[in-house]
Amino acid sequence: MVKTKIQVPEPIVNIVDLNLFYGETKALKGITLDISKKKITSFIGPSGCGKSTLIRCLNRMNDLIENVTIKGTIKIDGRNIYAPHVNVTELRRKVGMVFQKPNPFPKNIYENVIYGPRIQGINKKSSLDEICEKALRKAALWDEVKDRLRVNALDLSGGQQQRICIARAIAMEPEIILLDEPCSALDPIATAKIEDMLVELKTDYTVIIVTHNMQQAARISEYTGFFMLGEFVEFNTTADIFTNPSEKQTEDYITGRFG
Amino acid sequence: MTRNVYHKALENLEDEVLKMGDMVALAIKKSVEALQKRDNDASKEIIKDDFHINKKRFEIEEKCISLIATQQPMAVDLRILTSILSIVTDLERMGDHAEGIAKISLLIGEEPLVKPLIDIPRMAELGLSMLERCLKAFINRDIETARQICNEDDQVDALHDQIYRELLLLMLGNPKIIHGATYLTWVSHNLERIADRVTNIAERIVYMATGKIVELNVSKY
Repeated sequence: MVKTKIQVPEPIVNIVDLNLFYGETKALKGITLDISKKKITSFIGPSGCGKSTLIRCLNRMNDLIENVTIKGTIKIDGRNIYAPHVNVTELRRKVGMVFQKPNPFPKNIYENVIYGPRIQGINKKSSLDEICEKALRKAALWDEVKDRLRVNALDLSGGQQQRICIARAIAMEPEIILLDEPCSALDPIATAKIEDMLVELKTDYTVIIVTHNMQQAARISEYTGFFMLGEFVEFNTTADIFTNPSEKQTEDYITGRFG
Repeated sequence: MTRNVYHKALENLEDEVLKMGDMVALAIKKSVEALQKRDNDASKEIIKDDFHINKKRFEIEEKCISLIATQQPMAVDLRILTSILSIVTDLERMGDHAEGIAKISLLIGEEPLVKPLIDIPRMAELGLSMLERCLKAFINRDIETARQICNEDDQVDALHDQIYRELLLLMLGNPKIIHGATYLTWVSHNLERIADRVTNIAERIVYMATGKIVELNVSKY
């Protein structure tokens, strides 16, 4: 049960009493919160606290793991994403995800970015070119790679590879982009580029990011949620979380007094 | 992820603030004593020692800046560090006021005081009591005491008014003492400002403990 929670404007995601079990182990305990549209929301907390598990619920990535039981409701745009008739592929198009380690396909940059749209049946070259350029521009990568779109994505730097993955997600025109520690494998310069890009992206997308880097949460997000042992301890404005958190557990964690 | 070295550094910094506070309290006490006793050597000593107070302030400031740069303090730690930066500025200025009193004492030189000092030592006593309790409240995060101290500033202001009126009357009665009486109004003004600066520190204590920046007692001056 979350102890401190603020109301957010224009919620796009509504989570009510979400409980998740890995077999017998309860990994998420009664999570209830709303996530605001076109804002950046960060989730922080010690390893194993459930923050990645939570964002993986938002595009049903946990369906791929055996022995997972989910109770409670998650609505996106007012629709229950765990309802029986839900098209999970469509959901994942709408809710894109970027992982900790850059995972471009072993293909060239262009093919990576237009992979999703092509699978969806878009074959016209001019359309795919346009999608590719638009996505790479939004991922702040166009200027760096526009002359070498046929280069294998795996030959790029780690930061560029991660931006390829973000471009690949953007190419599907999602509403929500989930990022699970997207900068943890990157150097500070690549991290800064991604952070700047995420701040740009929120004009069009809702961004939800899990991060161990508290300064990153402080720098880029409007709202921050703190998790511990599968429970949501505090959901507050980022400014309050980092200057004057309401809960002692939050304060102890972010000041390094436990963890 | 516990950060023992960092938290030890924060604690040490609070000890340093206490030490600086003690230095300032001593300077204030000595400055009024030297004025009362007409001890010019003691006044010169206070002026010289102000250098050490200023140095202490810079040392503490540098340590705060270094911790901010290297440890990225957050929440209560951030509030402590930013409060310390503000508190040492106030303490350093209080040291300057003590130095100011010592300088006035030297300006009076060998002349006798225009009146016996009764309320000026009383003001110093009140201000010192406020400062000493404020430093304890700083360590204990005692917001009740901090608020109480701010209320006491009115007594210091009232004494300042009284001293000013008395000296004005003396000057009207005997224009020959205008010089000497004006010097004493300056002393009173310095002591009044010292008490005001204690209230600034009290406000920082409330901020450290609650995260709220509030003005607790608006000075009359």
